[in-house]
Amino acid sequence: MANEVCFRTLDLETPWSLEAYESVGGYSSLRKIIAGELDHEKIIDELKLSALRGRGGAGFPTGLKWSFMPRNMPGQKYVVCNSDEGEPGTFKDRDILRFNPHQLIEGMAIAGYVMNATVGYNYMRGEFYEPFDRMEQALKEARSKNLIGDNILGSDFCFELHNHLGGGAYICGEETALIESLEGKKGQPRFKPPFPANYGVFGRPTNVNNTESYASVPAILENGGQWFLDLGKPNNGGTKIFSVSGHVTNPGNFEINLGTPFKDLLEMAGGMLAGNQLKAVIPGGSSSPILPAEVMMELTMDYDAIGKAGSMLGSGAVMVIDESVCMVELAARTAHFYYEESCGQCSPCREGTGWMSRVIHRILEGEGKPEDIDNLDRVAGNIMGRTICALGDAAAMPIKGFLKNYRHEFEYMIEHKRSMVKG
Amino acid sequence: MTDLNYDKSLHLKELIPQSAIDEIEQWILKYPAERKRPPIMPALKVVQEHNGNYLTTEMMQAVAEYLDVPHVAVYEVATFYTMFNLNEMGKHVLSVCTNLSCSLRGSDKVVEHLQNRLNIKLGETTKDGVFTIKEVECMAACGGAPMLEVDKVYHENLTEEKIDKILSDIAAQHMPAKEEDNNGK
Repeated sequence: MANEVCFRTLDLETPWSLEAYESVGGYSSLRKIIAGELDHEKIIDELKLSALRGRGGAGFPTGLKWSFMPRNMPGQKYVVCNSDEGEPGTFKDRDILRFNPHQLIEGMAIAGYVMNATVGYNYMRGEFYEPFDRMEQALKEARSKNLIGDNILGSDFCFELHNHLGGGAYICGEETALIESLEGKKGQPRFKPPFPANYGVFGRPTNVNNTESYASVPAILENGGQWFLDLGKPNNGGTKIFSVSGHVTNPGNFEINLGTPFKDLLEMAGGMLAGNQLKAVIPGGSSSPILPAEVMMELTMDYDAIGKAGSMLGSGAVMVIDESVCMVELAARTAHFYYEESCGQCSPCREGTGWMSRVIHRILEGEGKPEDIDNLDRVAGNIMGRTICALGDAAAMPIKGFLKNYRHEFEYMIEHKRSMVKG
Repeated sequence: MTDLNYDKSLHLKELIPQSAIDEIEQWILKYPAERKRPPIMPALKVVQEHNGNYLTTEMMQAVAEYLDVPHVAVYEVATFYTMFNLNEMGKHVLSVCTNLSCSLRGSDKVVEHLQNRLNIKLGETTKDGVFTIKEVECMAACGGAPMLEVDKVYHENLTEEKIDKILSDIAAQHMPAKEEDNNGK
């Protein structure tokens, strides 16, 4: 039921070791490739069949993305892993890196084989010193067994993988900003097109996937795309790690089948903290619009269901909020975050995030005016779709979500100069 | 600096120990040889660590010269990323997350407790130069909220007792050495 894919070593002793990983079937797909039993077309077919979708937040089909890489184009190509986990509420990639690093290494090596890329970079967020050490240790182990490096297992396939550390910038989770950052520059997103598959890191074709996406690949190839698809539901294949935080008794990561009802996930996390009432849930990281309890309790945890309800599954960061929380305060903290993290490149985002943060804080300080609510909604609307990257939308969507579902709390605070919830 | 043939790597070598230079060299090997900018970030991190958690203009320039990139290439990295400090910091930096998940689990109380215990505000350094407290955004440890990072180590599921222990452990490292000497005699 649980922990079948990225977390499959979790219950073993020293789950991060090569021995543990091989004991669950690890590196068998790479060995098959080397033995000539698995070619790149078959791998992409299996990935497409599996309906694996990008686990970083965008949900783009991984098999399709891999097929975009011009594998026969001469010259250097790269595979890059986005381990710049920074979407507020998300803490799953850190655990993959710490507890099952070899599965990521194998996934990236397979990607390297499929796309004819001989060099990979694993870009980890700057604060990930502990995961970095684990990854370095795992790479050393893999190298010593010739699973990574030149002429892997005696074949003519070469793949070198490097761990990189960022410097503290949420925007670097955006793939083109990450590429800029890896090149040693400010993390400011690039215009697309050209897409990274044609012009990526160092100007070469580059495939960027999230940690969990790469780490899902070995398990899919071992058991087949159909197996993975059947774990989830159509168009939402497989399992997903949900990072559950906030007002639950046992916060943590839960790798469960896509399509699992939210109420079951809530139960796995030990239910509501101190038996309090559920008020709302932010279902996919702080960029996803908040959903009220009554909506959430009817939903299943998958891309399509959450999307249909007006939010998104995003990175799978489920923030559980009880009745004691004032939504104006939560919106203010959210707005502040995007204001801090906007890279400043596009005016609508640079100016808009500041305006949103200032207006909500003004309401919070009892200085709000009745027209502020419509102004907020308008500013958010003017950011959406008008920026180079998705940070603009990510900043605007949650604010629109707070206003849509909890407008009365904003109105109450403006009128009474105090919180409706906290008094 | 009128001699245009001077060894550009010398300046940095004077500022940090050889072990740190070796560390930077290890990073340089990870990137294509013809690319000079990728090691800027790791080099700045190494230098910052050896300079008590912050960077001076001189150090940024030395890094630029060592890597043979324009000064501004280093300045823009150092000013863009939040992990680089351009002002003097304490010997230990306590980075407190106050983002959504942590705030739901009481990060405001963590901040309050730290401010009271150390008698400084967020962004400030204690008079003895030992502690700096800093507010940061989500650090991907929300399952252990509220959390803070002390230098390179995460501390999760914080309580007042845990915070007190962290503070007293650090303070103990910085006790005046005299006491120990006396005991030794």
